Amino acid sequence: MPGQTLAEKIIAKAAGQETVTAGEIVTCRVDLAMMHDSGGPRRVAPILERLGAKVWDTDRVVVVTDHYVPAVDAESAHILDTTRKWVAANGVDNFHDMQGICHVVLQENGHLSPGMFVVGGDSHSPSGGAVGCFMFGVGATDMAGVLVTGETWIKVPSTIQILWSGNLSNGVSAKDMMLAACAKMGMGGGDYQVIEYAGETISGLSMQERLTLCNMAAELGAQTGIIAADQKTADYVTAAGGNPGDIEKWQGDADAAYRAVHEFNANTLSPQVAAPHSPANSSGVENHAGQNVHQAYIGACTGAKLEDLKMAARVLKGRKVASNVRLLIAPASTRTTAEAAADGTLATLTAAGAILMPSGCGACAGYGAGVLSENEVCIASTARNFKGRMGPGNSDVYLASPYTVAAAAVAGHIADPREFLNGGGA
Amino acid sequence: MTEPVKEGGRAWLFGDEVDTDVLAPGIYMKGSMEEMASHCLETVDPAFAPGVRPGDIVLAGANFGIGSSREQAAQALTILGIKAVVAKSYGGIFYRNALNFGLLAVTSQADITASPEDRLMVDGEVGKVTNLTTGETWGCDPVPPHLLDMIAAGGLVPSLERKLAAQQVK
Repeated sequence: MPGQTLAEKIIAKAAGQETVTAGEIVTCRVDLAMMHDSGGPRRVAPILERLGAKVWDTDRVVVVTDHYVPAVDAESAHILDTTRKWVAANGVDNFHDMQGICHVVLQENGHLSPGMFVVGGDSHSPSGGAVGCFMFGVGATDMAGVLVTGETWIKVPSTIQILWSGNLSNGVSAKDMMLAACAKMGMGGGDYQVIEYAGETISGLSMQERLTLCNMAAELGAQTGIIAADQKTADYVTAAGGNPGDIEKWQGDADAAYRAVHEFNANTLSPQVAAPHSPANSSGVENHAGQNVHQAYIGACTGAKLEDLKMAARVLKGRKVASNVRLLIAPASTRTTAEAAADGTLATLTAAGAILMPSGCGACAGYGAGVLSENEVCIASTARNFKGRMGPGNSDVYLASPYTVAAAAVAGHIADPREFLNGGGA
Repeated sequence: MTEPVKEGGRAWLFGDEVDTDVLAPGIYMKGSMEEMASHCLETVDPAFAPGVRPGDIVLAGANFGIGSSREQAAQALTILGIKAVVAKSYGGIFYRNALNFGLLAVTSQADITASPEDRLMVDGEVGKVTNLTTGETWGCDPVPPHLLDMIAAGGLVPSLERKLAAQQVK
């Protein structure tokens, strides 16, 4: 029997088979379904009504409000009201209302554990792979199908391995690793297959940084990203109130077949910046230095977790945001805000002149507060800089790590964050 | 047995990496689907949404529909009357969403040539794209039978409706 990759093992378990083969179409039992206020109840409820069907297992459903929070007008208030009423009427107890962005909230609350087969009603659902589960994004109609049947079909993807060796330098982070991967592989490089991150650099990363890697598997066009569980994963899941189970069971076989292996070296990686309008337009920060920005945005599941805020704080400590720039910070979850308040990070950020925003998807997707005006330029710690995403079609978004976004806020233009870290001490 | 899924109509041409933010811009996400559809692809081709006629076909390059899971990206095309998309590759979630709305999405690595307004025919069962105006034909990946059945039913919801009705009869 040929070796199986981690993703194949999880899909085989969900499909009730011994093994699966890449390219095969199988029907899988879903362990957990996550949806948010935008693509969730307001879209699936009419379908369930039309079918006269109920949720197959309310314990396996998690609903999060993050796209339209807090409500800013009658429409967004109505969308949130619809979500809350649906959750109550359908007896869904796993409801995280205004607690932060779904991908972060899901892991903070121990909903995910290694080996699970999970669908999420959001394209950054690959984030779940950080804890060693197979989680991928689906649209609302697919989600309705899952809610009715507890199943979904999948064409078994092959696995592409991204191997990282070496250690990240001071001022370089998981976000830079992903922008470099997007530049090398392109937004189609993932080809709707699985990207498995491995190597010594990955082992050394924290769980939040691993989330950033898996999150941006979406920008490589992958179906999902995944990192095999280790002791760090097990400890994290346990601390979050989940059950990590037997992590030895959820490892790829040594003789598993990979479709391709891409090798990267962290030792030589510099801070990366993606120019408009694609994450694949990435190159070293030196190629963008001096570019003026109107707004610096630290937000999103990709770039506003506690460690992301700490990166920004290291640059901002004892400095002020330049007068020509507004720095907006939307912590990824309310827990992030509480922890950043407790450890002094928030005080550093606000003393520098950062404007603190509510936790939610906010300006990243152009839904919430902080969107751009005509011809404005933003540098953001978010995942996507597609044309028109954060504002009008003629506004520009540059993507970078929280270090680099903070450096731009201080300098008033795009700048190398390492200039602000040297001598400051890690 | 349902009718084989074949679609024909005028060609609308697009390049690589047409993303979900141009197919379904986030700023119109709170409004009706009809309003959303009227802005579909406007930042790439302003003539598209007002000009599409029922039965038309989108011919695009690599990674069509990359980006968000918002199925409004596929739904907007169906509301405008687009019946089929031919692309070199797709954003994976968009591809599933397209089929779920009964939109015939086929993948072809061939360099299909068509001028705007040429008439195309797509046969998802045998895997063939024909330019009816020039007479040229190209291969495309055939769509698996269970997905062709779903498209023929009009998408996932009508298909589930049939299945649930059939279970009740039993």
